[in-house]
Amino acid sequence: MTEYHRPTSRADALTALAEGGARARPLVGGTDLLVGLRHHHDVADVLVDLKGVTDLPEPIVVTDDGVRIGPTYTMGELVSHPVIGEWYPALVEAALTVGSVAIRNRASLVGNSCNASPAADTAPPLLVHGARVTISSQDGDRTASLDEFFLGPRRTLCGPGELVTRLDLPRPAPGSASAFRRLTRRRGVDLATVSVAAGVGPDGGLVVGMGAVGPRPLRTAVPGPVDLTDDASLDRALDELLGVATPITDVRGSREYRLATLRVLTKRAVLAAADRRDPREMAS
Amino acid sequence: MTSTARVPDHLDDDGLQTVTLTVNGSERTVAVPTHRTLLDGLRDEVGLPGTKSCCAEGECGACTVLLDGKSVNSCLVLCVEAEGHQVTTVEGLSDDGLTDLQEEFLNAGAVQCGFCIPGQVVSAEYLLRTNPEPDEVQIREALSGNLCRCAGYQRIVRAVQATAARRSER
Repeated sequence: MTEYHRPTSRADALTALAEGGARARPLVGGTDLLVGLRHHHDVADVLVDLKGVTDLPEPIVVTDDGVRIGPTYTMGELVSHPVIGEWYPALVEAALTVGSVAIRNRASLVGNSCNASPAADTAPPLLVHGARVTISSQDGDRTASLDEFFLGPRRTLCGPGELVTRLDLPRPAPGSASAFRRLTRRRGVDLATVSVAAGVGPDGGLVVGMGAVGPRPLRTAVPGPVDLTDDASLDRALDELLGVATPITDVRGSREYRLATLRVLTKRAVLAAADRRDPREMAS
Repeated sequence: MTSTARVPDHLDDDGLQTVTLTVNGSERTVAVPTHRTLLDGLRDEVGLPGTKSCCAEGECGACTVLLDGKSVNSCLVLCVEAEGHQVTTVEGLSDDGLTDLQEEFLNAGAVQCGFCIPGQVVSAEYLLRTNPEPDEVQIREALSGNLCRCAGYQRIVRAVQATAARRSER
């Protein structure tokens, strides 16, 4: 028996998730969950549809300090939001690579992180931009950085009876910028062979988020300034940034191929992000 | 009962759930197991076989329909999720004969085996409603989730371009 719940309040949703325990899954877009159920990768039999809940955080709220995203905000809404495009360009570039138009019309941003695929397209830019999540249960709320949230393949801090109710992105510092690069075998509907988002800070420091090169999306940083006009200095920074990558060989590429392309893509993302910085606001 | 054979065994013995939704402008009530997809509900319960069942995992686009006006893969939507919502299938794009878009698919010779065409047409219609004057890159991007095994992409793109031109003249 698959139980399908369509709660209208946050409290009822959390009750259904608590009662279902490890057998329960929140449902928003379903673009990963339904595929998992069909192929027995996921054996959940209690589905809690969040799309009718009226008192969850709003899909998106923009403040002077950043952006707050609720669990039902879709990739399709995200890619056409003007503030997201201005403040988090790498996130829009990444979201535009997710599935297809029809997938993006359904898939949620928060769900992409909760599914915790090591290749989740939007995870690298969210890591670069310092995303934090709020995890709620009947016992209350707790928050964590997205970097802490990812534990391993398909594993996160969000356990049975819990729900990610909110994702917060701080407003980027003036003079910083981000960019995303991704390698796939075909343009639409394929998972990343390697993906990387890079951020350049106002002081010239670098932060990188990586997908499909480890058991979970990875985040590393080097303090600035890094002289991006000097190849040797950029190479040293890349050595430092990419040391954490431990890709595996699978159908999409070998370990060696992934390591080689990761370096190329990271370099391109860093330089693309640097090109986007507003020179009037740079500290260096 | 085309794709239900692939539903895991542990989901099989469900009781039925009543779902009321609007399909192509008419209110319809169906009784389905909770694991039944919207795709199966449309084909097997509502009796509209225009929406095609193929990969059943959101990769091929053959099952594309409009849900509240937005294109979605109906194989990745549960029928119960559509309760109270508006669904438009390829059969509902026109009340009377073919749409201009469907005519242009025929004019361009874009239909080979034809299996992917309902999904292509719905995705293209969604594109033209949201972006009436797309360039070729935008058309290819908008249809990148609709696979054509005959590889008839050039003519499909031409059909969409011809429809956009025809609509801009109106």
